[in-house]
Amino acid sequence: MGILEVKGVNKRFGGLQALGDVNLSVAENTVHAIIGPNGAGKSTLLNCLVGKLIPDTGSVMFDGQSVLGRKPHEINQMGISRVFQTPEIFGDLTVLENVLIPCFAKRDGAFRMHAFETVAHERDIVAKATQMLDDVNMADKKDMHAASLSRGDKRRLEMAMCLVQEPKLLLLDEPTAGMARADTNNTIDLLREIKEKRDITMAIIEHDMHVVFSLADRITVLAQGTPLVEDIPEKIKGHPKVQEAYLGQAHG
Amino acid sequence: MFGLSSKDTRFLLIVVFLTLATPILLQPFPEGSSLAQFNAGYPDLMQKFAIFGIFAIGFNILFGLTGYLSFGHAAFLGVGSYTVVWMYKLLGYNVLPGLVLAVIVSALFALLIGFISLRRSGIYFSILTLAFAQMSYNLAYSVLTPITNGETGLQVYSNDPQILMGENSPTSPHLFGIVMRESTQFEVGGWLFTLNNGYYFCAVIAILAFYLSLRIFRSPFGMMLRAIKTNQTRMNYTGLNSRPYTLAAFVISGMYAGLAGGLLAAMDPLAGAERMQWTASGEVVLMTILGGAGTLMGPVLGAGFIKYFENIFSKINDGVLHAWFAFLPDGLEDLVVALIHPFVGKGWHLTLGILFMLVVIFLPGGLVEGGQRIARLFRSKKTKTAGPGGRNRDHQPKPAPHVAE
Repeated sequence: MGILEVKGVNKRFGGLQALGDVNLSVAENTVHAIIGPNGAGKSTLLNCLVGKLIPDTGSVMFDGQSVLGRKPHEINQMGISRVFQTPEIFGDLTVLENVLIPCFAKRDGAFRMHAFETVAHERDIVAKATQMLDDVNMADKKDMHAASLSRGDKRRLEMAMCLVQEPKLLLLDEPTAGMARADTNNTIDLLREIKEKRDITMAIIEHDMHVVFSLADRITVLAQGTPLVEDIPEKIKGHPKVQEAYLGQAHG
Repeated sequence: MFGLSSKDTRFLLIVVFLTLATPILLQPFPEGSSLAQFNAGYPDLMQKFAIFGIFAIGFNILFGLTGYLSFGHAAFLGVGSYTVVWMYKLLGYNVLPGLVLAVIVSALFALLIGFISLRRSGIYFSILTLAFAQMSYNLAYSVLTPITNGETGLQVYSNDPQILMGENSPTSPHLFGIVMRESTQFEVGGWLFTLNNGYYFCAVIAILAFYLSLRIFRSPFGMMLRAIKTNQTRMNYTGLNSRPYTLAAFVISGMYAGLAGGLLAAMDPLAGAERMQWTASGEVVLMTILGGAGTLMGPVLGAGFIKYFENIFSKINDGVLHAWFAFLPDGLEDLVVALIHPFVGKGWHLTLGILFMLVVIFLPGGLVEGGQRIARLFRSKKTKTAGPGGRNRDHQPKPAPHVAE
């Protein structure tokens, strides 16, 4: 029984069957990659996991509880954090404040009227956020405006914001999309470091084979909304069905 | 001190000093001099500075922090005024019960309007609040005449119950016997200073209101509101529900508006429907943007600027202009007066409009940004060895132009 169990999920947009009977099981403390060509339904699947979309049929269980019908913030409070394709950070705030907010969310829940406290007086939380920035080597940038960071640093910051919540499951939506090779490699290193240092389950949606094969413990190949195969990376590489559906197309 | 950092405490103390010294600072020209008409140290105008300062500070908590642009805040201003006048009618001229109730009633009203309007964001939110405010205006103007006295406006009549009125109670708004419209005047040299009870009452409340907003700005709650302005998607995927945050900000700013409206009636025991009109809602938007939305001091500066223009520039008529330019040859004098004429007197809106355009185009951060730039200019001149520079968004205390209170 995995920490995330997707069973028989279907999603239709008008005449388009975006997801057809998807079953997926992500085991605890593993990195599970979901790959597939454009339009395979990867993003739709991800959006079903985080509450942005509701599947037509099927069930999505996380840690023994259904996520269906819950709002994104409720699902986050259950322990799922998400990294976006383009880093979603609080651009007008400082780097430190960006990390403080998830800390407060983790401690105080979805809403608390703490209007008469002072951020600077919350020493535990400030210490925790500073430590997190230290962990991702951004401590020297903590007073910078998040919007003025480089793209790679924005990605790093977004990861820090997710990790500081100590999520049970970290979802990554094409974390290296549109990145230069060097940035991609940095991201891979960062993710590998996270994987080694923390007990964390990750589900990665990715286009880039290099990233997937460097990180994943298991891979699910999605094509036209249905999982083709699920296996360890070594087996996926040579799998004829995958060659045909994905690699063949991608490189052809 | 007061749960603030030492920098903020200094800032607050400067604000307190400027507010309390306003009746003196705003009388820079001796009585009887030709520039005396630029003096703003008379009670009616100073009260407006304080009251609209409160209104703008509250509006800034919603608009400056969360970025939700409400075009209906005048509705709360009106509700506050009506509540206070009703308390005069029922209880008596003490302003305290009315002001307390004004804050409560406007909070409830804001809760209702906010709950519905905040289902949408952006322009749709603005339109919803505008619609609500116009509905309130029309209700006050016609439908609810029994409560609001329609276009005449609500006022106290001699046959009102006023059950708490004693025989010796003052017959105009007062706080436990301190009558609002009474003043102490004193003359130093050619200067005449007026210390008005009403102004100081408003000033103390304005300082409290400012202190409260300072605390909100520095609190985790304030940080969440700024986060909402920047990125709601990230907010939701960080496990935070933005709706209660925006609603709380909306209600708080509604309470500030209700308080400001109540104070208007506390200075002058009248309440009219025109206080709820959309132009009044637009005015507070202008004040906030002109001064600098999202900054602490900006809205107060903006409120001061606009009220100063409204009251001082509108008084400059052709007669005054001719007196100023009397030294010029006749033809030239007429020409200069004709050129300036559209911008003063009844045309003061034109000057304000141009000023507003200039600020928005060249100083997107409002007057506060202008002040910061000047301050930076001085600082870089003074110390070539750059100190801890960088962008300081909290606009350090600097001697603000004294129209600022």
